[in-house]
Amino acid sequence: MAGGHVEGRVGGVGHLVVHGHSPVHRLAPEAKVVATFAFVICVALTPREQIWAFGVHAAVAISIVALAGVPTRVLLARLAVIIPFLTFAVLVPFVAGGEEVDVLGVGLSRDGLWGAWNVAAKASIGATASIILSATTSVPEILKALTRLRVPRVLVSIMSFMMRYLDLLVDQLGRMRTSMTARCHDPRWLWQAKPIASSAGALFVRSYERGERVHQAMLSRGFSGTMPDTEERATPGADWARAALPPVVALAALLSAVVL
Amino acid sequence: MSCTTIEVSDLRFTYPGSHHHVLDGLSASIAEGERVALLGPNGSGKTTFVLHLNGLLTLQFGSIRIGDLEMGEENLPEIRRRVGAVFQDADDQLFMQSVREDVAFGPANLGVPRAELDAVVERALGQVGAEALIDRTPHHLSGGEKRRVAIATVLAMDPHALVLDEPTSGLDPVGRRELAELLAGLPQTQLVVTHDLPFALQTCPRSMIVSGGRVVADGSTREILSNAELLAANRLELPYGFDVSSL
Ligand SMILES: Nc1ncnc2c1ncn2[C@@H]1O[C@H](COP(=O)(O)OP(=O)(O)O)[C@@H](O)[C@H]1O
Ligand SMILES: [Mg+2]
Repeated sequence: MAGGHVEGRVGGVGHLVVHGHSPVHRLAPEAKVVATFAFVICVALTPREQIWAFGVHAAVAISIVALAGVPTRVLLARLAVIIPFLTFAVLVPFVAGGEEVDVLGVGLSRDGLWGAWNVAAKASIGATASIILSATTSVPEILKALTRLRVPRVLVSIMSFMMRYLDLLVDQLGRMRTSMTARCHDPRWLWQAKPIASSAGALFVRSYERGERVHQAMLSRGFSGTMPDTEERATPGADWARAALPPVVALAALLSAVVL
Repeated sequence: MSCTTIEVSDLRFTYPGSHHHVLDGLSASIAEGERVALLGPNGSGKTTFVLHLNGLLTLQFGSIRIGDLEMGEENLPEIRRRVGAVFQDADDQLFMQSVREDVAFGPANLGVPRAELDAVVERALGQVGAEALIDRTPHHLSGGEKRRVAIATVLAMDPHALVLDEPTSGLDPVGRRELAELLAGLPQTQLVVTHDLPFALQTCPRSMIVSGGRVVADGSTREILSNAELLAANRLELPYGFDVSSL
């Protein structure tokens, strides 16, 4: 019989979900998707000079992280994806022109500083919002939500296939790592990863072939390009109301920031 | 009544970019309710043949009839419903996040209304004795459980015939025995592709040997497995110590 790990880490992108039963996890996926989108838009539109408004956005995001029970460690690790943007942001004050201000004896561009702040604040709050969504909603749930939200089926199908192949790729990578580790190679660090890099071609071919076989298995069961929505469930109104709370607070902050 | 469910005539097939005839004049006829083993060494074209039976490879030469339907674009949906293919690697066949969704995938594509899906899924899982797995994640099942669920995913489409590609691969002896019992209890016509000769003997009264892309022997499984020369000539071998006449 299969082992006791009914939940938890599945190979592939399934591992983004941090399992739990918080109110955020239980919310209807379509409500979460819309709320995340609306929240990120509000953050993106907030004028950079209104620092207090970003404080409100950050407070909203952090409270939901706490409510969802996403461990800080996980949040920080995933926030690492925005490091390239932050690096870029740090450079801006040094290279941008215009009026200069003196910071610790170094003349920095005032406009550049505002630019850096703008990118850093929006990227980190926006990324936190998407991390909350992906940590509490599985990929198939997100795809089904998009279908329900009347996102064109072709787009949803393409996304689901991208996810599928990504999933298979990560899975294959895991297996290859295991077989390499079994042969006493310990590819824990990037600079030790040469054997992995050199077998990337083989990995790609294997994933592609597997993807093809999965596709054939889908065709043989009547697949014609769109995922059937097999669940009968209307989005509960209460879920919309609850999910609306964070973007409404963010919108209030945005509006006051613009008006004041 | 000898209504032929699967009638294949002079099938020839070459993969694009190769000159090797993987199928080279394969003909076979399987009557309704029959259980036939398709035996053959690795690379003899068995999987290629299975893919043809589901219209997953385009017919290059020859003909395939499933009941009264000729293989062709217009009949594909109905042919795929009638012939349930269970592929060699169950991981290819189970691609949804829960057993329930995976089993519902086929019937949902066929247009079974949502209100009836649950009943269809439960019935199919019941047929393979896997009701308890309904809310599990397919990736986490054992080999034998995956095989059962994979069979349930096609049973849910109410097929006339089952085609199983190496169904015993990756199963332990208990899993093999349970699978044989399960297949024996299913009413569908069955084509069991395998190089597991004892399993063929256990499940199928009739066997065909495929070699070089054509059927080179067709007869009772017991007779075929008793013909040591025929087996040796086709790279087939009974397990050490296995004696057909003792059964
Ligand atoms: N997708 C493919 N492209 C090219 N050649 C293939 C492909 N699949 C199988 N073959 C070749 O076709 C032959 C028969 O393969 P297959 O039908 O898988 O045999 P079996 O299932 O009996 O082991 C083999 O020589 C194999 O290398
Ligand atoms: Mg094969």
